[in-house]
Amino acid sequence: MQLTVDGRKIDAVAGQTVLEAARAAGIYIPALCYHPKTGKAGRCRACVVEIEGMRGLKEACAQEVRDGMVVHTDTDRVQQTRRLVVDLLLAEGHHNCISCQANGTCELQEMAYRIGVERPAFLIETEPAPLDVSSEGIVREADKCIQCGRCVLACQNHVVNEVLAFGYRGSHAAVVCDDDRPMGESSCVLCGECVQVCPVGALVLKQPREAKVRPSETVATKVTCPFCGVGCQIDLHTKDNRYVFAMAHEGQWLKQPNRGSLCVKGRFGLDFIDAPDRLRTPLVRKDGELVEASWDEALDLVAAGLKQAKDKYGPDSVGFFTSAKVTNEENYALGRLARAVIGTNNIDHCARL
Amino acid sequence: MAGLATTLGSGAMTNSLEEVLEAKVILVIGSNTTWNHPVFGSLLKQAVKLRGAKLIVCDPRRIDLVDFADIWLQQRNGSDVALLMGLQHIILREGWEAAQYIKERTEGYDEYLKALEFYTPAKVAELTGVAPDDLLAAAKLFATSGVGALYYCMGITQHSHGVDNVKACVNLQLITGNLGVAGGGVNPLRGQNNVQGACDMGGLPNVFTGYQPVTNPAAVEKFSKYWRAPLSDKVGLTLTQMVPAAGDSIRALYILGENPLVSDPNLHHVEECLAKLDFLVVQDIFLTETAKLADVVLPGVSFAEKLGTISNTERRVQLTQPAIKPTGSVRQDYEIIADVAARFGHEFPRTPEALFQEIRDLTPAYAGLTYERIREVGIQWPCPAVDHPGTRFLHSGKFARGLALLSPLAYRPPAEVPDGDFDLVLSTGRILEHFHTGSMTRRSRLLDVLVEAGHVELHPDDATRYGVADGDRVAVSTRRGRIETTALVTDRVAPGSIFVPFHFAEAAANVLTNDVLDPVAKIPEYKVCAASLERVGSGR
Ligand code: SF4
Ligand code: SF4
Ligand code: SF4
Ligand code: FES
Repeated sequence: MQLTVDGRKIDAVAGQTVLEAARAAGIYIPALCYHPKTGKAGRCRACVVEIEGMRGLKEACAQEVRDGMVVHTDTDRVQQTRRLVVDLLLAEGHHNCISCQANGTCELQEMAYRIGVERPAFLIETEPAPLDVSSEGIVREADKCIQCGRCVLACQNHVVNEVLAFGYRGSHAAVVCDDDRPMGESSCVLCGECVQVCPVGALVLKQPREAKVRPSETVATKVTCPFCGVGCQIDLHTKDNRYVFAMAHEGQWLKQPNRGSLCVKGRFGLDFIDAPDRLRTPLVRKDGELVEASWDEALDLVAAGLKQAKDKYGPDSVGFFTSAKVTNEENYALGRLARAVIGTNNIDHCARL
Repeated sequence: MAGLATTLGSGAMTNSLEEVLEAKVILVIGSNTTWNHPVFGSLLKQAVKLRGAKLIVCDPRRIDLVDFADIWLQQRNGSDVALLMGLQHIILREGWEAAQYIKERTEGYDEYLKALEFYTPAKVAELTGVAPDDLLAAAKLFATSGVGALYYCMGITQHSHGVDNVKACVNLQLITGNLGVAGGGVNPLRGQNNVQGACDMGGLPNVFTGYQPVTNPAAVEKFSKYWRAPLSDKVGLTLTQMVPAAGDSIRALYILGENPLVSDPNLHHVEECLAKLDFLVVQDIFLTETAKLADVVLPGVSFAEKLGTISNTERRVQLTQPAIKPTGSVRQDYEIIADVAARFGHEFPRTPEALFQEIRDLTPAYAGLTYERIREVGIQWPCPAVDHPGTRFLHSGKFARGLALLSPLAYRPPAEVPDGDFDLVLSTGRILEHFHTGSMTRRSRLLDVLVEAGHVELHPDDATRYGVADGDRVAVSTRRGRIETTALVTDRVAPGSIFVPFHFAEAAANVLTNDVLDPVAKIPEYKVCAASLERVGSGR
């Protein structure tokens, strides 16, 4: 089916929302409470558009497409509403982008930038709330929270860890952990899903001061988690060829085994790749000690060691442990080495263990 | 996965992870899913919370999933066959079975039925400790709610009768007609990221890639021709057979990225064995406990520095890409292997893609996969042709072995049961924050902060009995060894049972475990042995 957005004809499929169809076609409509993984929440009104034949402004995140629909995302009324949404949010919180980890990836900042809001039109005096740094992996800054509800929905219904909820009422409403305790003392299992979906800097990764890197500075590469068999697809973020942090890969998330989520190991456990005791050179045993050696020396010794056993006691005196942690290609290569080069089927791995 | 292969003809997880959302009832046995496969645990919880699926958890420990369960059966350690057969006994007695399906798709029914007679609710209650009423309620819920999925993990396989456990799972799914349908299946959750792939690639002593038996002359000829080398048609030794044969019939060992010195049962024995080898080479990224014993250590690269494919627990072959350029004098693992082969006059391909091409040439289930096709989203094998979409669930319409086999199973108690001096049941496993031998996760800053040392879970009643308080230092002993660790007093374990995670080399659970193997699958009995406990001091 087709619809027209700002004069452009775009394709859509039944069941899609106007927001999804527009985004798929590369048309910008801000959305602060909607996230593909948590669905429409109808809380923020950032996504409003005008649709011909319908009265008033419509929420693009909730409106399903219909064939022939004509949508306007750039009218004065739409712009005014967006401006009001941003104004209110900026006024209510403490959005100091200069020192915020989300600078450059923040969806509120992006919205303000596109509309051209430089500073809020009014200010609401509020007491600054303390940072919650009790968790080992996540920092919560309530003053930046725009109460979009994504983190609550994600924690409740996507990862179903049931830690986050809205507490208090009215103007005191806030996201709380369990019965309103510091995150580090709550039942949070540090899956990091809430950080992943938060549109602003209210939930960010805890980074040591000497190793601060903003998500906007990194390059992401899709890798497979090295731990359990789920095979979660991870965006590994690096800067200058160094590991910085991990996010779940969200591209085509419904078709990925992890559906855009990770657990504490995949999220926070990958820094071992940079561990200071990574082996960086071959070692060979000399006078009982393992000492550094050249590749040629080490490989010659390996060939000699295998050959000696094979020649003296037969191919079945050599054994191979392949690995459930290396790739298929590497497993295949070791299998070929055992079978075709040494001539034994003595090969196994730790599936049993 | 010997139990699955004999009964169904294929040893892989039958259905897809996402199909848990289509199940009407879910049975989880021997899998602490939210700790060991947390992201799948979330999906499973979604099925229960948002889609209204019913959940039955069978576990001696009060795992977190119990909070989401309609029914929790707390069977004794090592009594799974009795529990599962007991459920089947009731299902058939009440006429809740899928009679048509049994007739059309299975064989061995009469013998199976005879074996089932033994498992009366009263008998099963005696063996498992599960009350007959609870057993009845679980049987009813599972057999009458619609399509049912079964998930298990090492809690099922790591027993001296692990193969029987798996067969008992298959039996249940056969008589309820839950195999070969979306949302059902017998689903072993693989513990490491490429266990499935290592098996698929023939990292097993009895098969080439794609489970082509080394005893099949046609397969031997095919591989021999392709590799231009004569091949052995004699089944090789398993890992758990090679270790004790070290220094005897095994003289040289090549170990790639494994750390048997933390993961193998009865560790003291393993160390002695490896020391007897003429030659040991270890290829790894860290100087692991095992690498320290080696004659030569070859530094490979981490997953983040690799291009290649990895097959997840649901047979999904996914491409992993290098995010970091390796530093130092390290080499890609496939290059190292090629370098060794070259010294014997064999030329191996020197790119992952060329190796993958060989895999495709030799392995029908992988033939249709290309790097291009799986760059963004992986594809599930079997995928025999480049225009084949892959296979979401196995055994649709027909089993790989034709008819599925119903197995008559006799009850056998664990090889070692509590007695006199060793009056506690010890089981081992993983915790959420760490992984396997800890060689990766214990080098992670955050994970190490979260849980920096090992512990033993102990029920409050037993704590009182032994005069132990939470946080005290305790010694845990079995007939094989003794470790010191910290007591974690919790009612997650049943009275009389203790649980030790195995990630911690300095208090290695596998100093304690029993190396008696399942006679078919050669998997050691990690989940049950007899132990004693004693307080050695107060905590820090
Ligand atoms: S990290 Fe995960 S468990 Fe913890 S609050 Fe966030 S979403 Fe919930
Ligand atoms: S913490 Fe972030 S995700 Fe959660 S409600 Fe606030 S702004 Fe939204
Ligand atoms: S992120 Fe967690 S659940 Fe996903 S593969 Fe890694 S260890 Fe498994
Ligand atoms: S994104 Fe539509 S109302 Fe928030």
